[in-house]
Amino acid sequence: MGTSTRSADDPQGQTRAQAPTHPRAEAEAPAQASTQAEVEGPTGSTAPAQDRPRPLALGRAGRPARPWWKPSARWKNPIGLVGAAIVALTILVAVAAPLLAPYDPDAQDADRLLPPSGAHLMGTDELGRDTFSRIVFGARVSLQVGIVAVAIALLAGTALGIAAGFFGGRLDAWLMRGVDILFAFPGLVLAIVIAGLLGASRTNAMIAIGVVYAPAFARVIRGSVLAVMSEPYVDAGRVVGATNGRLVRRHVLPNIVAPVIVMTSVYLSSAILSEAALSFLGLGTQPPEPSWGGMLNLARTYMELAPWMAIFPGLAIMLVVLGFNFLGDGLRDVLDPRLRTS
Amino acid sequence: MGRYALRRLLMLVPTLVGMSVLIFLMLRLLPGDVVDLVAGADPSSGSAAREQLREAMGLADPIPVQYLRWLGGIIQGDPGTSIRSGQPVGELLLRSLPITVELAVLATLIATLVAIPLGVLSAVKRDTGWDFAARVGGLIGLSLPSFWIATLALLFTSKVFGWVPPTRYVSPFADPAGNLRQMILPAFALAVQLMAIEMRLTRTTMLEVLNQDYIRTARAKGLRERPVVYRHALRNALIPVVTVVGFQLGALMGTSAIVEVIFGLNGVGYTLLQAIFNRDYPLVQAATLYLATIFVLINLAVDIGYAFLDPRIEQA
Repeated sequence: MGTSTRSADDPQGQTRAQAPTHPRAEAEAPAQASTQAEVEGPTGSTAPAQDRPRPLALGRAGRPARPWWKPSARWKNPIGLVGAAIVALTILVAVAAPLLAPYDPDAQDADRLLPPSGAHLMGTDELGRDTFSRIVFGARVSLQVGIVAVAIALLAGTALGIAAGFFGGRLDAWLMRGVDILFAFPGLVLAIVIAGLLGASRTNAMIAIGVVYAPAFARVIRGSVLAVMSEPYVDAGRVVGATNGRLVRRHVLPNIVAPVIVMTSVYLSSAILSEAALSFLGLGTQPPEPSWGGMLNLARTYMELAPWMAIFPGLAIMLVVLGFNFLGDGLRDVLDPRLRTS
Repeated sequence: MGRYALRRLLMLVPTLVGMSVLIFLMLRLLPGDVVDLVAGADPSSGSAAREQLREAMGLADPIPVQYLRWLGGIIQGDPGTSIRSGQPVGELLLRSLPITVELAVLATLIATLVAIPLGVLSAVKRDTGWDFAARVGGLIGLSLPSFWIATLALLFTSKVFGWVPPTRYVSPFADPAGNLRQMILPAFALAVQLMAIEMRLTRTTMLEVLNQDYIRTARAKGLRERPVVYRHALRNALIPVVTVVGFQLGALMGTSAIVEVIFGLNGVGYTLLQAIFNRDYPLVQAATLYLATIFVLINLAVDIGYAFLDPRIEQA
């Protein structure tokens, strides 16, 4: 029982709760800084975890401080590393698709609806196409749509967020009103309507997803910009005569990178899911191009005869989305301890 | 409190107007001519006939006039007529609304009943195997596409039980058991992601609350662990969870479209998708506006409810 042990350690917890309002004090307390405090220490003077001594850490109170050449504990993040590995593998598969796929993904064969075997690792579909090859090539579609859609959202969101946060005033009020209205739509409904009206295609799915995600980026970036704008170095920059462009480039942009990276990773996973959903509904990538959502949609018709058609594309979606979610979770721990959700 | 609620209620008006303008413009400015769709590929319909049709449908008027006419119709309870079926759009949507609402509510119930105990367990047993399993499980749940779960659930029941849920909607008031049999699978498919979100959030807020001074006080005065966790910690930790559940309930109304398609349930999302494929513009407009309005209203209710639960909000 973690919590009951904790009450026994209360005196120690209290002294620590009072002492380290100064971040340095925390970092220099060698004994307690061994595990948990190291994660929160340097940046997290406001983080609640300070007075949250973990029984484990206290048990080893005498452990020496970490030598400078070893990576800080916050980089040892198993979940994040697994995520990075999955993402790297996906990119590799997408890039090397022609080398990895045993068959042409569009080649039709007389062997229809074959179960998985040595010749066809994941079986064949209703036209005799090799499911494994289609999944390998589908990785390209998923990554392309995810990256382009998030890039659209990132560019539009950064432009809007910086404009609103940097200039403030009436511009800020109007831009944010517009963002609020876009936010008032359930995301998938808006994506469905935009993709459906533009016409079902992969390009339009990317545009639709990008438009739907842009307001979220705009909001977060505006918030970060506002925080940066209240820093003394921005005023200092103004005093020495820096132009707006220089202030944005040298002071604002570098300081909003961390939250943006975390957000990009998380939204990549949502974008891949959304592309699969749109393709599943017939509003995204069109057949015969291999996309995981589209393959799942086809599989519904032949599910009884060929359940593998429904299993493997879903597994592929789950694995890649999981990779980006793991990576995002890990990046959040590393880059922005204040945002820690876990 | 009353003033806060009133202010939020008044702020609703510009949001709703903005939404309706956006929906209307999207449908007018995007490529495609409604007249072509109605007249069809029939080559005999000459340009004169097409102009007549355009006139009759009110599409010859300037766009602001068309918008005001549409808005006026909605306020009077007449959002137009379906191009495809010729039925009043309002009736079509009213018929499909209960299905979507029931699906969203049932999914939220399932998710909450599973997620909150798991989140509490994970927080109380922080950094144990339980906690790790719950965290990884949560991330997996976030990554599971609802349409895949729905497909697999259908596959499973048809393979194992030789049974698939009927597509014709059974009202819960007429036949509760039959309704539940029909809705439980789609609701579960819809619930998985929400479950993961709620679980992760409960864990985070519980960890935060367990660090508060009043928890230490409760322990210091000799209270046993159980009342500390359930009475002091959980009650406070649930406030943000309730808000997120509220927002998600609204979002589910949209996400349920996919699950409705898979299970052949004639909900609002399904209706919207059919309308998009049929290019049935009046129906697309109205269905989108309905879904968005429900979403906004739920969010408003959640915000006001949150202010009731947490009096610190009012100053903001």
